[in-house]
Amino acid sequence: MEKSVYTFKHGVKDGLPIGLGYLSVSFAFGVTASMLGIPYFISVLISMTNLTSAGQLAGLTVIATLGTVAEIVLTQLVINARYFLMSLTLTQKLDSSFNTPTRLFCAFGVTDEIFAVASSKKGSIGRKYFSGLMLLPYIGWATGTLLGALSGNILTPELTTCLGIALYAMFIAIIVPPAIKSKGVLLAVALSAGISCAFYFIPFLSGVSQGLSYVISALISACVTALIFPVKEKEDNV
Amino acid sequence: MSIGSMLLMVAVMAGVTYLIRMIPFVFFRKKIKSTFIKSLLYYIPYAVLSAMTFPFIFYSTGGKVILGLLGTVGAVITSIKGKSLITVALVASAVVLLAETLIMFY
Repeated sequence: MEKSVYTFKHGVKDGLPIGLGYLSVSFAFGVTASMLGIPYFISVLISMTNLTSAGQLAGLTVIATLGTVAEIVLTQLVINARYFLMSLTLTQKLDSSFNTPTRLFCAFGVTDEIFAVASSKKGSIGRKYFSGLMLLPYIGWATGTLLGALSGNILTPELTTCLGIALYAMFIAIIVPPAIKSKGVLLAVALSAGISCAFYFIPFLSGVSQGLSYVISALISACVTALIFPVKEKEDNV
Repeated sequence: MSIGSMLLMVAVMAGVTYLIRMIPFVFFRKKIKSTFIKSLLYYIPYAVLSAMTFPFIFYSTGGKVILGLLGTVGAVITSIKGKSLITVALVASAVVLLAETLIMFY
């Protein structure tokens, strides 16, 4: 593909709003982690090595409930499976500056928001643009986690109570708008919520760990939905 | 869990997450053809987030379910109006804080 016209500076500029958003979201992640009794440096390490909200929250749950390595592998595989498709989609837009070492490095920065911005650019994108785009979101994500994890212990109980809902509210903000527009997404979301609640409330099912219940709920509902409402080509921009 | 075990879990998490992003980025050059697989990959993120949210959002407010319910309603209404992630998170938190304060006074 022909050389991209976007510079490192363009990338940094596009990354700024993502970085600011991540700062607040990862703050909530840090607070949640400290409420679960995770030491602050572990929370920061998770954010610096994972760079993903839902996967990290699921990982926290597994760690806090003394889950197993197999369980953490399975939850991460299912919850982060979407990045597979995003990375795959992005490869179609990369210019010739993306050699193998660059790909190994930049793959780390494929998040929902970075993917959305990068894939919406006109024409091809180069390694300078992409690394610029990754910079501020990465810094924001790590810094927010540190601040949240440290302040989790000094915030008043009222404040931690109200911040506890922030991450979940963010998930609501991601699932509700497409659920209004697409019957398929609505079905997937409703079915998955129903199965997850069944795991929580039905006595003989509640022995299943939380991490595993996410995986089972999501797989069943996504399979059923994929059979009933297959995605047509034009909607294929995850 | 000991610090050592936590570090192992973090390393595994990071490794799996990285491989999911890296493998297609480095090795794949073609597109997925199967409509079923594409549909599955399209719906999974929403299904996962939904399973992670319900019913846990109701218990995310220090075990006071009424606060969780009110915050959820606030988040859903703000999302329907198409507000950004940060706005939705702040509105839900503000609703919970407000309800908490009111409950304390009455």
